[in-house]
Amino acid sequence: MQDHPPEFPSDKASQDPAALPRIGFPDGRPETDQPGWRRAFPIDWDRDQFVSRRDFTRLMILTGLAFTGAQFGVGLASLRAGRARPEPKALARVEEIPVGETMRFHYPGPRDPILLTRLSAGVFVAYGQLCTHLQCPVVPRPELGRLECPCHNGWFDLAEGRPMAGPPRRPLTRIRLEIRDGVVHATGVEERTA
Amino acid sequence: MSPAEDGHTPDQRRILLDGILFLVGLILMLQLWLLTGTMEAFLGGDLEILWPAALASLACQALNLGLWRCLDQMEPR
Repeated sequence: MQDHPPEFPSDKASQDPAALPRIGFPDGRPETDQPGWRRAFPIDWDRDQFVSRRDFTRLMILTGLAFTGAQFGVGLASLRAGRARPEPKALARVEEIPVGETMRFHYPGPRDPILLTRLSAGVFVAYGQLCTHLQCPVVPRPELGRLECPCHNGWFDLAEGRPMAGPPRRPLTRIRLEIRDGVVHATGVEERTA
Repeated sequence: MSPAEDGHTPDQRRILLDGILFLVGLILMLQLWLLTGTMEAFLGGDLEILWPAALASLACQALNLGLWRCLDQMEPR
């Protein structure tokens, strides 16, 4: 069995002490007194691990800084979102929607799809159509009293818009409704956490 | 204060440094938890919690910076 790995011919030039770079070895002895394997691997494990720990901690600090920046970014975004008050909008006449049927509209903006469902003669509900999991459009299943997100098999209660099964954890965005003069109006958007 | 002057043996210093590292990691996880909670609240329309959570994250960051400074001084170069 070999005690040391064989020396490579190309390493012979580096055995000239004058040609060798000055390297501090763990045992403090000069490089000429070191065995071949130590010259090839002049790493002080303890010192190396100390340096890695410092660098690792620095990386964690920078990651935490990014988290804090994101926190303030969300706060600033909330300032902008908090100012927006959508205008009321007429959606449909009451008689245009049969009981148990669902119609699709856009509110408050043209890129915000909502589903308006007539649960009974005088009860309408409307929710944002985007699933609170990953924004897939949900599909009404009035025969089951539910809304389904087909992307990841998420289910919401049709009466309240609350998650029942699957990955979604937050309720669907609720649209406030008012019926004036036989017309269903959307009057606001209600984001919910539970 | 250099590592040689702090009056600790290498083993004691290593335990202290590992403790600091553990605390920094713990605080980082707390910041991540704050961020995910904040995002969830923001998407759910609960805007009241956002600024207190941001300030809490900032306090955590200040604490982590203090710990890092401590680690940087204690650890041999």
